[in-house]
Amino acid sequence: MNVAVREPKAAQRLKIVDCDIHPTWRTPAELHPFMSKRWQEHMATYGTFFRHGLTGQLPYPRMMAGGMRVDSFPEDGSPPGADLDLMRRQHLDPNGVEVGMLIALSRGGLEERNLDFAAALSSAANDWQRECWVKKEPRLRAAIVVPQEHADYAVAEIDRRAGDPAFAQIMISPRSSDPLGHRRYWPIYAAAERCNKPIALHVAGFSGGHTSTGTGWPTYYIQEHFAMSSGMQNTLTSLVFEGVFERFPKLKVVLVEGGFAWAPALGWRMDKHWERMRSETPHVKRPPSEYVREQVWFTTQPIEEPDDPDHLAEIVNWVGWDRIMFSTDYPHWDYDDPKQAFRFKLSPEQRAKIFGDNARALYGLT
Amino acid sequence: MSRRVIARASEVEPGACKIVTVLGREVGLFNVGGEYFALSNRCPHRGAELCRGMIVALVGSSGPGEYHLSRPGEFIRCPWHGWEFDIRTGQSWCDPKSVRARQFAVKVEPGADLVKGPYVAESFPVTVEEDYLVIDI
Repeated sequence: MNVAVREPKAAQRLKIVDCDIHPTWRTPAELHPFMSKRWQEHMATYGTFFRHGLTGQLPYPRMMAGGMRVDSFPEDGSPPGADLDLMRRQHLDPNGVEVGMLIALSRGGLEERNLDFAAALSSAANDWQRECWVKKEPRLRAAIVVPQEHADYAVAEIDRRAGDPAFAQIMISPRSSDPLGHRRYWPIYAAAERCNKPIALHVAGFSGGHTSTGTGWPTYYIQEHFAMSSGMQNTLTSLVFEGVFERFPKLKVVLVEGGFAWAPALGWRMDKHWERMRSETPHVKRPPSEYVREQVWFTTQPIEEPDDPDHLAEIVNWVGWDRIMFSTDYPHWDYDDPKQAFRFKLSPEQRAKIFGDNARALYGLT
Repeated sequence: MSRRVIARASEVEPGACKIVTVLGREVGLFNVGGEYFALSNRCPHRGAELCRGMIVALVGSSGPGEYHLSRPGEFIRCPWHGWEFDIRTGQSWCDPKSVRARQFAVKVEPGADLVKGPYVAESFPVTVEEDYLVIDI
């Protein structure tokens, strides 16, 4: 209700790990110090993959102010997520964020089709995350952005960053050229396993050259928003049935912002059909849900809100209390407040796991 | 509960919202076509600062392909999740049965009456020349 009443409570709350925070640049030129002259000029002349005529306008509709919390715009006119001080003031400090995972969407070479440029952009985005965010704010951790459509380049970028504690995980886009289980991406999973860093898959909508739904371009944002969750299910299904988890048993995958209430039903369905069609994919040696249970983590935002909040507790029972990690999505409009997100009663142990301990264990945070 | 003078009426422009702090609580004051309303600056859905949202009209439809706007300037849309609340009543549009923003009755009182007391003014002097907004809180 107001600062005076809320702050003492904030001090008493347990320290949280927020698994989804979006930093952005004030202007694209913030990347220039980390790029060669050749790529600076290329970027200035041709732009990046997300190029379109209406400057500042997304090609697909978004809720609210371009998908942002209306109250998250810095006073200097820069975009939400560009001002570290505001992020501290508005989110990290009052919410007791001990560690925040940066998800630098569209700030690297994830979906750039010019592969050499993608490599330069990814490397610059990683330097930018380290220098402009993690170095200035030690609570934050970066994710290694990679040019995922060129596995050799991607692996080189992962290997270059593997020993740097500023990077907690590796980020690739689930809106990839092929479904992510495809063998062209396997060198990335091998590199992730080698350096013991999870792969973070953050939902994406229109990007990657595919429709967000699989059934054609949706009309409304409300449809596209839902399609992000069903797209995540397709990605997970691909990873399971292409045999990625079987081939890389130490691979850890974090599904960010894709929801989790669907996971039990998807597991039941995959298991049932695996029993009947197992001979088609004999390389999938165990029931699909077992791989998911052992190698997949889910972040909470935007948390599902059943009429009876206790139904969500039941779903977490099925997914696993050790596999759900709290996230806010700051500064995006569908942000979850840590004080408000869970509407059913969590035991102290459950609360500790979801709001921090699961992420601390996964990322080896001390 | 006490009656408190919280703002000069002239400080709340038509179509705008002014957030004031009363007894440690933030309250948004609205001027809807010359009528004044006050809502708690806390969204009953998930706790955002409600009154920092956009002041909007209600979009309705009689069927696909048709839409109409009604009651312009009478709804506040929360800056986080976009829930809309009737500024006049605090009632939620999408979940009117169970969710309501805390509302305070606002009266416009001439300074000439207020200077006699016993009202408490928030951090500004009350003069006889102006009108003031008074709420029970």
